[in-house]
Amino acid sequence: MTSSGKTNWAATLGVAVLMGIAGYAALYIAPEERTMHEIQRIFYFHVPSAWTAFTAFFVVFLSNIAYLTRRDLKWDWIGVSAAEVGLAFCTVVLVTGPIWAKPVWGIWWTWDARLTSTFVLWLMYVSYLLLRTLLPDTEKCARISAAFGIFAFLDVPLVYFSIWLWRTQHPQPVIGGGGSLDPTMRWVLLTCWTALLGVMILMMRQRYLLEKMRHDTEELLHAAEDLASKAQERTTR
Amino acid sequence: MSIARAVAIVLAKELRLEFRSRELLTTTLVFVLMVIVLFSFSFDPTSEESRKIGPGLLWIAFLFAGSLMLNPSFAREQANDTLYALRLAPVEPFAILLGKILANLAFLLLTELLLLPVFAVLYNVALLPVLGPMVLVLLLGTLGMAVTGTAFSAISAQARMRELLLPLLLLPVLTPVLIASVECTAGLFADPAELRMNWLNVLVAFDVIFLAGSYLLCDTLLEE
Repeated sequence: MTSSGKTNWAATLGVAVLMGIAGYAALYIAPEERTMHEIQRIFYFHVPSAWTAFTAFFVVFLSNIAYLTRRDLKWDWIGVSAAEVGLAFCTVVLVTGPIWAKPVWGIWWTWDARLTSTFVLWLMYVSYLLLRTLLPDTEKCARISAAFGIFAFLDVPLVYFSIWLWRTQHPQPVIGGGGSLDPTMRWVLLTCWTALLGVMILMMRQRYLLEKMRHDTEELLHAAEDLASKAQERTTR
Repeated sequence: MSIARAVAIVLAKELRLEFRSRELLTTTLVFVLMVIVLFSFSFDPTSEESRKIGPGLLWIAFLFAGSLMLNPSFAREQANDTLYALRLAPVEPFAILLGKILANLAFLLLTELLLLPVFAVLYNVALLPVLGPMVLVLLLGTLGMAVTGTAFSAISAQARMRELLLPLLLLPVLTPVLIASVECTAGLFADPAELRMNWLNVLVAFDVIFLAGSYLLCDTLLEE
């Protein structure tokens, strides 16, 4: 086994153990919430997934800027990896939200501020990934999608503010927002976030390597085609 | 050549191109009219209800119109590779984009101003007393649509399936414009009419942020 393969295994194992601890802490260590009881425990994965998704989308934004200033394809690979992983976490948020909402609010979905803006965010990054599949060559795809990614990220505060102004019914933020969160709950929440960030980094790394491999394969293919056509030229001559 | 002059030349070229054929304007006009009629079939509103859903309907129709109308802005340049020629001109690249933005703003505003009276009649809205503020809301909302739409038209023109792609890119990003314009319009159509300043500010903020974004990214957008 190569040394990079070994670190890969070690990292995966570490994140798996961390996820186990996080799951145990969320289910058994965190105290029961007074009004929502057991269902509230979904909070320990719902909220950290949202934070992780935002982190990933922020990475997309940074790598978009980095690509446009440096023009190194490496940044494009990081961008697409972060967008896909962020979208996966955003989907988790949108799925766990209704599961939580049904018993607590009595409805699966409501057009409340945070739900709606997360949904719009999800749609924007879906169109970012869709755009990438419809753009022709690598360089153009990287450049054009980076421009769109920056526009989309510039829009995020506007989307959040306008939808917040439009309506709000969501439980107000309890971390750093003046609300009080039980210290054990806060500790469990942060453990879960660390675990999910670990998963994010692991997935992004895999996706990045895949994108790099895809690029290298294409380069090899082009090189082989060049050689073949040159060889053919020589034989016809 | 100063930027202003370059912008004026690009704008004049776009307007001349459109007013020779008028195909974009007529098609969009008929399209929006159809959407307004179809909406009344699908909701069958009473006169009270129609005043309630009217502002939303109006802006959805304008938004759809924009996402269709803005497509040719750059796609038209591709047929004869004329964007290449435009880029060769010794002017600031932003002047090209700004000229196109202003042309699209003019086309969209013209369509909207022609349709507004029709809408007011069909949906029983007292338009005349609030005409001044309504034009302001139209101007700010449409500017947001034109800026974003022109920039994204440059993006979608480079891709496959561009006619479908542009609305897909544009509509989620325009969410703040839609909400703010609808709220402003609803305020103006309410009794008593009021101009909802906080929503007007959202429109101004959107316009400023996206104009700045287009300025910063225009080299990237126009590059071949």
